[in-house]
Amino acid sequence: MQKLILILPALLFLFFQGTAVAQDNEPEMVDMNRTCFQCHGNSHYGVYIEMTDTRERRIMNPYYIVDSIGYMEGVHGTFACIDCHNYEYETYPHKASLKLEPQYKCMDCHGGDDLFAEFHFDEISEQVNESVHVKAIGDNFTCAKCHDPHTYKLIARDSTSMIKEIVAGNNAMCLDCHGDLTRYQLFTEQEQPQIMETHNWLPNQELHFKNVRCIECHTSVQDTMNVSHEILAKEKAVRKCVECHSTNSLLSNKLYKYKRTSDRSSGFYNDVILNEAYVVGANRNKYLNNISLLIFALTFGGILVHIIMRIVKR
Amino acid sequence: MNSEKLYLYPVWLRLWHGLNALCIIMLILTGISIQYSDIKYPFIPFDTAIILHNIFGVIAVVSYVFFFFANLFTENGKQYRIKMKGLLQRLTKQTQYYLTGYFKDAPKPYPIEKNNKFNPLQRIAYTSAMYLLMPIVIITGVALLFPEFIIDEVFEISGIQITAIVHAAAGFFISIFLIIHLYVASVGKHPLKNYKSIISGYHESH
Repeated sequence: MQKLILILPALLFLFFQGTAVAQDNEPEMVDMNRTCFQCHGNSHYGVYIEMTDTRERRIMNPYYIVDSIGYMEGVHGTFACIDCHNYEYETYPHKASLKLEPQYKCMDCHGGDDLFAEFHFDEISEQVNESVHVKAIGDNFTCAKCHDPHTYKLIARDSTSMIKEIVAGNNAMCLDCHGDLTRYQLFTEQEQPQIMETHNWLPNQELHFKNVRCIECHTSVQDTMNVSHEILAKEKAVRKCVECHSTNSLLSNKLYKYKRTSDRSSGFYNDVILNEAYVVGANRNKYLNNISLLIFALTFGGILVHIIMRIVKR
Repeated sequence: MNSEKLYLYPVWLRLWHGLNALCIIMLILTGISIQYSDIKYPFIPFDTAIILHNIFGVIAVVSYVFFFFANLFTENGKQYRIKMKGLLQRLTKQTQYYLTGYFKDAPKPYPIEKNNKFNPLQRIAYTSAMYLLMPIVIITGVALLFPEFIIDEVFEISGIQITAIVHAAAGFFISIFLIIHLYVASVGKHPLKNYKSIISGYHESH
């Protein structure tokens, strides 16, 4: 009996520990959000029409659908929808005037707050203001146009981040508009440039698109931050191959910048770049390099000795 | 001293040799420039080096295929066959000649003959260069021309990385071969004699 008394608290402890771990690993929907996601988490929603006393199923505007799993896994997953959206959205049908209300902007929470100092939001804001997007479109070009606040996740933060995932995630942000005419025309009535055709000059186009981000060539180089938010006009984009394909590769200041501080030494020049890709002109093995120089020196040395002997013995 | 003229290098061989030499020299120069690419101090501008490397690479492949089949269907192919029996002795004898005998005006241990153009050292060097290094550099080079078809990863190492390292290493040994080949060609009574032979086709032996 005494043993049972001892074991019971231990079992209870383990049980609650177990549930706590399960709760930690599986993000849970904020209760208040469940109602919103009933409609905005699906392609269809049901609506009761009082005048005819009928229920109808309607199609949800695809641009108003939020991926519920993505939301819960995102950086704002613990937020209630009405933390950012007007609390009056809690009632349905939503008031028509709500559509015209200005929405919160990211900097309303993130700007000037030391809590987020490591993310350099104020510096990012300054860079965005200098970017081609804001210059062409104005203040309508908000952070959310690229970083969907509903599903945004942090990537490229440590040495475990996979380059291909970072590249795919980043390029998807650009392609959301530059690969989608409807979204593109939210900002301009201009004809949408065809990305594949405008990049026809780029050799091995598919490999480049899979292994580097659009912003490698389309942003300025920043010293303080991992990612530059100053998107350049196409005329100022990098077009010289040698800027990446060289010993002083631009890539170590861009895509691979977040890894520069990590302790990796594979004996290669630009070894941080070497993680998942081989960049011709930028990656050379230091040991093979030294061995080849030694063999060259021995070859020329041997030839020189032979020449001297020929002259002496003539 | 009587000199005997041997017609060793037929027209097709001399044309192939000239084209191959041009390709190899261009590929080495552009290859070094690509390998040691530098923004501030480019040996050859990267874009130009890549274009030239690709063009001369393709010509070198065509030239090699021609050489391979020409050797298959002519007597020239026999020059590249190595007899293993007594190989070490033959190699030692030839090395001794280059290191000591040559300076004492000793007779060549393996003088050039119509059916035996290469001495044992040349034979092993030329055969290794043409039937080992060239196929390696060609296969990896063609693969790098179409990198999207290279296997993504081999034991967690980028397939392109492995292909590029093997390509550069084979290219490096070909450049070492070229340096020695150019020097050894000058070894003789007259340093330019062998160079003249590969242009005229005739070898003059004393």
